[in-house]
Amino acid sequence: MAKQLIVGAEAIKAKGWFGAYKWLILRRISQLSILGLFLLPVLPGRLSESTGGFFASFWNSLLDQWPSLEGMWVVKGNLAASMTLDVLPLTDPHILLQAIFAGVEPHRDAIIGVIIVIGFYLLVSGRVYCSWVCPVNMVTDAASWLRRKLGIKSSARITRSTRYWMLGLTLVLPLVTGSIVWELFNPVSMLFRGIVFGLGTAWVLVLSVFLFDLLVSKDGWCGRLCPVGAFYSLLGTKSPLRVVATKREACDDCMDCFAVCPEAQVIKPALKGESKGIGPVILSSNCTNCGRCIDVCAKDVFNFGSRFSGVEMNKVSGTAGQQHNPG
Amino acid sequence: MSDSGKDKTRTVNRRQFMGDMLKTACGVGLMGVGLGFYANKADSLPAMAIRPPGALPEDEFLGACIRCGLCVRDCPYDILKLGQLGDDVPTGTPYFTSRTGPCEMCVDIPCIPVCPTNALDHSLTEIKDARMGLAVLVDQESCIAFLGLRCEVCFNICPIRGEAISLEYQHNDRSGKHALFIPVVHSDACTGCGLCEKACILEEAAIKIFPMHLAKGELGRHYRIGWDEKDKAGKSLVTPDIEHQYNLPEGVRYDLQGKGLIFESEGSDELPISSNPLDTLNRGLEDK
Amino acid sequence: MKLTRRDFVKSNAVAAAAAVAGVTLPGVKTATAADADGIRWDKIACRFCGTGCSVLVGVKDGQMVASQGDPDAPVNKGLNCIKGYFLPKIMYGKDRLTQPLLRKKDGKYAKEGKFEPVSWDEAFQVMADHWKKAINKSFEENAGKPVNEMTSRVGMFGSGQWTVWEGYAASKFMKAGLRSNNLDPNARHCMASAVGAFIRAFGIDEPMGCYDDLEHADAFVLWGANMAEMHPILWSRLTDTRLTKEGCEVHVLSTYEHRCFELADNGMVFTPQSDLAIANYIANYIIQNKAYNQSFIDKHVNFTKTPTDIGYGLRPEHPLEKAAKNAAKGKLSPITFEEYAESVAPYTLDKAHELSGVPKDQLERLAKVFADPNKKVVSYWTMGMNQHTRGVWINGLVYNIHLLMGKISEPGNGPFSLTGQPSACGTAREVGTFCHRLPADLVVAKPEHRAFSEKVWQLPEGTLNGKIGYHAVLMHRMLKDSKLNTFWVMCNNNMQAAANMNEESYPGWRNPDNFITVSDPYPTVSAQAADLILPTSMWAEKEGAYGNAERRTQFWRQQVKGPGESRSDLWQIMEFAKYFKMEEVWPGDLLDKAPQYKGKTLFEVLYENGQVNKFAAQEVKDSDGNVYENDEMALFGFYPQKGLFEEYRLFNSAPDIIKKGHEMAEYDVYHKARGLRWPVIDGKETLWRFREGYDPHVAAGEDVKFYGNPDGKANIITAPFEPAAESPDKEYDLWLCTGRVLEHWHSGSMTRRVPELYRAVPDAVVYMHANDAKKRRLRDGQMAKLQTRRGEVVARVETRGRNRVPEGLVFIPWFDAHRLVNKLTLDATDPLSKETDYKKCAVKIVKA
Repeated sequence: MAKQLIVGAEAIKAKGWFGAYKWLILRRISQLSILGLFLLPVLPGRLSESTGGFFASFWNSLLDQWPSLEGMWVVKGNLAASMTLDVLPLTDPHILLQAIFAGVEPHRDAIIGVIIVIGFYLLVSGRVYCSWVCPVNMVTDAASWLRRKLGIKSSARITRSTRYWMLGLTLVLPLVTGSIVWELFNPVSMLFRGIVFGLGTAWVLVLSVFLFDLLVSKDGWCGRLCPVGAFYSLLGTKSPLRVVATKREACDDCMDCFAVCPEAQVIKPALKGESKGIGPVILSSNCTNCGRCIDVCAKDVFNFGSRFSGVEMNKVSGTAGQQHNPG
Repeated sequence: MSDSGKDKTRTVNRRQFMGDMLKTACGVGLMGVGLGFYANKADSLPAMAIRPPGALPEDEFLGACIRCGLCVRDCPYDILKLGQLGDDVPTGTPYFTSRTGPCEMCVDIPCIPVCPTNALDHSLTEIKDARMGLAVLVDQESCIAFLGLRCEVCFNICPIRGEAISLEYQHNDRSGKHALFIPVVHSDACTGCGLCEKACILEEAAIKIFPMHLAKGELGRHYRIGWDEKDKAGKSLVTPDIEHQYNLPEGVRYDLQGKGLIFESEGSDELPISSNPLDTLNRGLEDK
Repeated sequence: MKLTRRDFVKSNAVAAAAAVAGVTLPGVKTATAADADGIRWDKIACRFCGTGCSVLVGVKDGQMVASQGDPDAPVNKGLNCIKGYFLPKIMYGKDRLTQPLLRKKDGKYAKEGKFEPVSWDEAFQVMADHWKKAINKSFEENAGKPVNEMTSRVGMFGSGQWTVWEGYAASKFMKAGLRSNNLDPNARHCMASAVGAFIRAFGIDEPMGCYDDLEHADAFVLWGANMAEMHPILWSRLTDTRLTKEGCEVHVLSTYEHRCFELADNGMVFTPQSDLAIANYIANYIIQNKAYNQSFIDKHVNFTKTPTDIGYGLRPEHPLEKAAKNAAKGKLSPITFEEYAESVAPYTLDKAHELSGVPKDQLERLAKVFADPNKKVVSYWTMGMNQHTRGVWINGLVYNIHLLMGKISEPGNGPFSLTGQPSACGTAREVGTFCHRLPADLVVAKPEHRAFSEKVWQLPEGTLNGKIGYHAVLMHRMLKDSKLNTFWVMCNNNMQAAANMNEESYPGWRNPDNFITVSDPYPTVSAQAADLILPTSMWAEKEGAYGNAERRTQFWRQQVKGPGESRSDLWQIMEFAKYFKMEEVWPGDLLDKAPQYKGKTLFEVLYENGQVNKFAAQEVKDSDGNVYENDEMALFGFYPQKGLFEEYRLFNSAPDIIKKGHEMAEYDVYHKARGLRWPVIDGKETLWRFREGYDPHVAAGEDVKFYGNPDGKANIITAPFEPAAESPDKEYDLWLCTGRVLEHWHSGSMTRRVPELYRAVPDAVVYMHANDAKKRRLRDGQMAKLQTRRGEVVARVETRGRNRVPEGLVFIPWFDAHRLVNKLTLDATDPLSKETDYKKCAVKIVKA
């Protein structure tokens, strides 16, 4: 018990604080800097070279080349659709799909944007969105952390497959109503858009997600309900980038990885499936590639690798590692 | 459930699994119905929030707008805002409030081409064709132009000058020697930009932008405006009238379409007699 | 006894009639002194344009809380324009000045110091020191010179927004007290050309007709006036006549399409400056068609010509001045009718069309309206004709047309110059605030006029300076050249208003040799450029009087108190006079002629002379028994407004009066009347001057008499077309025209502080033709840089707005303190009237 209260204590001892939080820190940097890019002010005009030094003259020469840079947003829009430096469009496939179901013919930029985004997540696994991009992740991680701290054990029984029903719902509603209904409630887009454009009372929604995860259901939002995560998980079924329990034989059963993992069910087959010829790659598309298991393991059992690591062992089992195959 | 992770001895019972599925499905389904109804309410746009130029009709717009805020970023006057939770405007959708920040009607309409989903219709390239709403002179009792004061700020500021708002001159019966300059909005030209509402100098604007469906009346489908139809056709729709003849006393004519009774000596400097005496002598005996 | 509504209405009507007649009827006292809301209502003239609308203002607890158009005022019948609607708010801008501010460094005045609050005494002390130094210098320079060669280094710049007595007190202070003719009003920028032309043609200033012409005319011709925006209430009267009178026509001439074109039957956009050719063409048309009124010409008209090639009022070293053959010359020489006909003969329809660009049929239609003996025509104009390097000429050319036809001085016929300011007539023109004028149309250059004025003012012979002082534009040049060293700007914002700010105004004001004082209610651009700022009580914060464009003089009582230590311009002028001993302002030989003035202050000589202080302090009461404050009366211990006005009346009523025609009613009558149109003789107003029956100065049988001239005849003055001072060229390729908008008054110091007006029209935009904008790759709403040879200004482009300019011309209003449009303008003036041409210079426009 005491051990569970300080998850990763051994890892800290073995690898030092930074070693035990490396991926977490990188993820936070990623999440915050993505937000930060949207919040950057428009690009400045010519700078004074006498006070600005090298940077100023560099910037001025860029302006000479591309005068339209002046007054341009670095990134504008939000996660639903964005435009970077007026050249790179990115579009969220889930919301675009809802729009298409509502009867929209997307424009070229939206199509290019969605191809780029889907391509990226096919490569790195869809739920990388959840752990490296989505701002709600910080909220639910905090709830999860507090839950561990306070030792809250009770959790409502909500099946993890609920999210796929939710996903279905988000796609059926526009078909039925012709309106993108989910976006009136979606805490994911609301929090991000709120930070960029103004929150209104959306903080109430965010707080509810936090309290829901803390008091009602462990990993309740991201792990059981969120249709956005569910959608992105579908993009991750075949993605090459995976967490691999490369040294699973070194596992000392401390259970820290299970404690921190928001989708704990994905670990077991890879870590403990040797006897059944399963693993060592975490193949479940619900793994968010967050890397917390790598961080908290004092024995360095896990590492990032490709889904083809230990391929011969997997030949037999195929994708059996996935416990919740979305049907 | 298998994901409890603690109950290792438990095997997945197919019946229970199906039961769970059903429960979840029902729960989510019920929620869907709830969301749907709530959405229906939350989707209704308040009258004072105006969509950017080129916005599709509201129900289509809500299906097309993905709430990305790109139009907001590309508005050079920063008048567009995204609805926030708690606002009356559907969350995340763009709008402006004409009283505080009207659309400045940029010639190049920069908010439209950035829209990734055609929620702002890309085929709108001429800002004059935008129909964001319609200016309505709501309160003629407070509008000081109706009182005869020389204001006309709405007319002065209107970018579709003379077409969207025109001034109708009327005699001021009260003062006896001044004219009234009555602002009249024309829906065939008004874009609903809201500059007039912003400029209105009253405490509460007398001219306001309303969404088209609130602002416009509609004539009964069966009814046509006779004189317009005649103008359109360039002639009477029904075969011209016969030439009418009347029983009239001497020196009186009757103009059917125009002045009615005409007493010939009236209003004419000429004497009411023909220079040819025979005309007088043979009156009533003309050849037909 | 309870009054029924009917009784009440009846008794009020009787009371009103009695009030006009100057009688107080017993028992007709109105029921209450304040209305149900506890608001006290009183009448006041509108603070803005020359229309002279009357307003009722409501005061409660010392604040003006309400207003309404005065339903009984004949001019506006209860109506207001959008500025008048907001009148109470102009006094309550959040940045009112409440104490004198002096530039100081280390506790002492310094030209480059920061503004610090000072007491009135310190302010006047420092100011007087500078003035005395300048006066001393003038003493030395004037030693041994005759009065008609005297110069002065002190100057004052006044206003057509001064009350009548403020202008009169200033005129007396400068001309009688300091013997300086360097007093000019901002009306120089506004009406000087009209004045010059009235004097040249009729020998007496101001229009002969009145606003009733608006109902009597059959045709209206606007020669460079945007009445729709600048005289809103008059425009609604004109519009009503156009609507209700069969055959009524409206002809509008302008260099761009403005709001008057909406009503125009014949709207003509002409090339700038070509109005000279159009007016001559009409005269030519009338002569060619022998349509002129022979008997009128024979009896009432002289034909004269004026010297040509007269330059552009620029500095003498300017090439244009050096090239001019007859720079600033204007002496008329008589010619015959035939010579006159010959002089206009070159202005054929073809020629007028070629110069003006106006289609021939439209020009002809305009000419026909004038030539038709059965059509009554009124010509209206404002700045389009006055702010013109040939302003006096073009004014005269329009009179020529009216005189040829005899269409003048009768209901519905006449040339009518509309004034821009509320008291351009009543104050600036009538009480002698111009650098060449004395009260009541007298001029400083004529010894007999000076002698008469000296008598009225109880001055020793030879006191008044006979040399014409510095006019508005010259003042700034002289400041720059250090020949004028003290300058007091009151009731206007001349730093923003005067042309060529970068080259003349600003360097002049900030010249270390000079001390600049600005009196204003608000921190204007002028105040920012001053050395001393005096906080002013404005408009309803003092007892006042304005004279509008139809010669109507309107009075009001003080309604509220000015904020803080602010004081009215009247108090400031009179109080400042206390800081001078006669020995400090008059040389010994002059004082020897009036030994009784030795040792006295200027205040005592000018204002405690037994005339100005003739009326003891008293309670100011209206007919309802409401009592009003009068701060100046309280401070000086006598009724200065009444004393000054009654002394001014001596100029019109003294037994040996030189020029008749300016007679005014007694002071108290005006407080009861809703304005009276002068000359007021035996209690009767004059509606049309110079016409038998209407004007008591015209004897029976005389029919028409232009009694301003000794022979009773008006002058037709021929003048040709001459080009503008600066026209577009290859580099500066557009005409720049400046002006106003309906929502803002002049430099905007009052109206831009009314939140609603600011919201309606926050910034000045540059009105451009869409093609001109396109050529410069500019779009609506984009920032454009306007550049002239003198400066640059950035403003948003407007191609869709209320003003439709032709290709090749842009228009920008000057109300916006954030866009100082007069950095762009050229200080070229009419060499005769010295009025700046704000309507024509060359500009180029690029993307900002």
